[in-house]
Amino acid sequence: MSAGAGATATAAVATPSLRRVRPLTGLRATGIAGMVSAAVIAVATFAAIFGPLLAPYNPNLPNLSLAWVGPVGGHLLGFDFQGRDVFSRLLAGAQSSMLGPLAVVILSMAAGALLAVFAAWRRGAADAVISSGLDILFAFPGILLAVLATAVFGAGLTAAAIALSIAYMPYVARVLRGVALRERTQPYIAALEVQGSSATVICVRHLIPNMLPLIVAQGTIMFGWAMVDLAAISFLGLGVQPPQANWGVMISENQTGILQGYPLPALSAGLCIVAVVIAFNVLGERLFAQAQAAGR
Amino acid sequence: MSEPLLAVTGLTVRLEVSGAKRAVLRDVTLSVGAGEALGLVGESGSGKSMTARAIDRLLPRGAEVDGTIRFDGRDVSALSGSDLRRYRNQVAMIFQDPRAHVNPVRRIGDYMTEALQTNLGVPAAEASRRASDMLSQVGIDGGPRRLRQYPHELSGGMLQRVMIAAALLTEPRLLLADEPTTALDVTTQAEVMAILDELRHEYGLAMVFITHDLELAAAICDRTAVMYAGQVVEVRESAQLHDDPLHPYTAALAAARPDITRTAGRLRAIPGRPLSAFEAPPGECAFVPRCGYALDACREGLPEITELDGGLSRCVRARELRGKLGAPANA
Amino acid sequence: MPDRAAAPVLEVTSLRKEFGDLVAVDDVSFRVRQAGSVAVVGESGSGKTTIARMIVGLERPTAGSITACGHDRSRPARSRPDRRRRGREVQIVFQDPYTSLDPRQTAEEAIDEVLRLHHGWSADRRRPRVAELTELVGLDERQSRALPRALSGGQRQRVAIARALAAEPRILILDESVAALDVSIQAQVLNLLADIRDETGVSYILISHDLAVVRQLTEEVVVLYRGQVVERGPTPRVLDDPQEDYTRRLRASVPRPGWKPARRARPGPQPQEGGP
Repeated sequence: MSAGAGATATAAVATPSLRRVRPLTGLRATGIAGMVSAAVIAVATFAAIFGPLLAPYNPNLPNLSLAWVGPVGGHLLGFDFQGRDVFSRLLAGAQSSMLGPLAVVILSMAAGALLAVFAAWRRGAADAVISSGLDILFAFPGILLAVLATAVFGAGLTAAAIALSIAYMPYVARVLRGVALRERTQPYIAALEVQGSSATVICVRHLIPNMLPLIVAQGTIMFGWAMVDLAAISFLGLGVQPPQANWGVMISENQTGILQGYPLPALSAGLCIVAVVIAFNVLGERLFAQAQAAGR
Repeated sequence: MSEPLLAVTGLTVRLEVSGAKRAVLRDVTLSVGAGEALGLVGESGSGKSMTARAIDRLLPRGAEVDGTIRFDGRDVSALSGSDLRRYRNQVAMIFQDPRAHVNPVRRIGDYMTEALQTNLGVPAAEASRRASDMLSQVGIDGGPRRLRQYPHELSGGMLQRVMIAAALLTEPRLLLADEPTTALDVTTQAEVMAILDELRHEYGLAMVFITHDLELAAAICDRTAVMYAGQVVEVRESAQLHDDPLHPYTAALAAARPDITRTAGRLRAIPGRPLSAFEAPPGECAFVPRCGYALDACREGLPEITELDGGLSRCVRARELRGKLGAPANA
Repeated sequence: MPDRAAAPVLEVTSLRKEFGDLVAVDDVSFRVRQAGSVAVVGESGSGKTTIARMIVGLERPTAGSITACGHDRSRPARSRPDRRRRGREVQIVFQDPYTSLDPRQTAEEAIDEVLRLHHGWSADRRRPRVAELTELVGLDERQSRALPRALSGGQRQRVAIARALAAEPRILILDESVAALDVSIQAQVLNLLADIRDETGVSYILISHDLAVVRQLTEEVVVLYRGQVVERGPTPRVLDDPQEDYTRRLRASVPRPGWKPARRARPGPQPQEGGP
């Protein structure tokens, strides 16, 4: 492709025909690692939705005579410190373990995306103010905000999720602002402005859809982080409260078992978290790479 | 006739694109004698840049290469290690976008003297002196001060001159210029072209000058090769290229360009669009769908090279059309 | 024949644009008559693209006025109807075919969106108009339904032209619209633009550095250097017989058969070359 002289030098990279061969998109293109991760996530999601129904034994009824008993009969993972079936408790705990991060992702991404698009669209003073505000918010670590939230709202998943959303939001906004700026300055957006389309319409119909691959990728990675952070918060006793089933809570409840020679309950809960977090991270990174490749 | 400095013979390159191996160059043959300038002209997909990269061994990984490239009699693909470094000193390449090829966090002086110091063992002070001299040769004054500047402090045109100067410092024998002026203003382009021409003659350099602009190549190159769909379709003395081309594509390309001296009602546009090597139907001349002179004979296999009047043409009807292809005025 | 005495369809008066300390456009005035075509010629740093952006409202002039179809557009539009009306007066086709289309929209969708924006037509009424426009720019059915990534540079520019024309503008600004195209495709698009002008009577403002293209497509030319007008006049006259030094230098730098680049005397102070 021949480029003309002038201030804007369009770099004649590959020939347009090579360029026209589409980069592979979709799940298949994320490779084996991506597909395995997706499968793990699917299983966890299934457990989150149907877990309580599928649990073979009651996950909440204590039976102290069975405390710390190892795997026997239909109890694949044995019993926890209160004699509850570990496997059932894991299944039941999937719900709150997955729901929390989901809420965090949705809230932080929605707020972050809105701020990012607004700042990128208006640029100038509005952008400066928003960016400075976000920088200030950056200074608060998630755990600190969680402690503050529990002080204000009382311990529980809601407070922790909201606190974490606020903590994550500046990061999301920063990442998305870069993408939004890049798209916002593209000629096709300018063409729509010249047509007389309103800013809202352009952002909703054109700007955000073109940011979507990156938003999805970012959200996926973020899910993993939120899960770890929420598990930590629950472990500390600030999030989900025992005796509610939750993987982070299970680690906390059963941690004494590790030293006493009964590691299975705590470790199996930990493994669930690790597996799901890795799956989200891997899939997220793959989607991220795909989004970058598909971008200009 | 003595062996040419650079001899490319039957070069075919296949690249992997989305899982399939596609040809981007097909049976490319050209040669450049010592001190000679060859223009390489083509549109998108013609393979002109790919040819230069093949010569400089800069093809992407996984590229399949058939055919030979010989520099000074030696097979380039067989070189490795210090031989390859020496080869790269003798074949310098300058690119279209200087900013993309110069490290923005290092000073101009470092960029220019790096090859001298590392590959040729020239001491730092001497290297800087040579760099300074070369800068004034390309029309940039205040050598020592310039050497301390960073790339962002220079305009595109100046940076391109710096790149040329840097390329010449290692005293190469062949210069590969890949669209070096395409991103420049037209007045800057004229200046840079003049510098290239002058220095090339002064240092006795051979040059392969790649561009999409037929007239630009003809301006400073002794001979011009025209590429289409990964093949060389014509090689001709630049002076004769415009008035007596040997291939319908060359004629059509020249005729499609608007004329600055007159307004045509409509331009003589070539129908269709330029193809890449892998888009061209195999077993026939790639230009057939767009050619005003195509006959059935053109579809019977890839045209062979015909030698005519000191030039080459890949047109089956080259002899027959000789003298009739010269650019007529636009209607 | 267009009535030369009629009010110009675009008038730019004493236009000025400052970016901080930099004066990008300095006291530029010109006018475009009905069905006329004016080229704004210059190199980088000349201000030509800034002028185009000011005319379509993407930049705000520091001083001076712009009047299109009798309406002043020196200040940003204040209301939605205002913005839309301006969209129907002046449209623009950008240089880079690879970024001037929404990658997620087909040609038909892009054109349809413009029609929906300007007219309250039903889908049945929009469909034939979309077909008319794609045919006008020479796109076949497959190309009209394809996403931009399946189209070549020339085809994408055709889509961009069709999209701009969907608003039925009186003035079309071509901001280096053929500069990024292959020579053979450039010829096709230039012919197309000439056809469109004959058919619709739209006025062109061609922003370009390429004097041969300017000669082909325009009747009048304004030459800019570092934000100021250095010469203006009928295109053939200015190109055949340039009066100003800069115009002469520009003309002499254009490669053509038999051309040889000449080097300016060195060293010594050089005229500013190009911009960043």
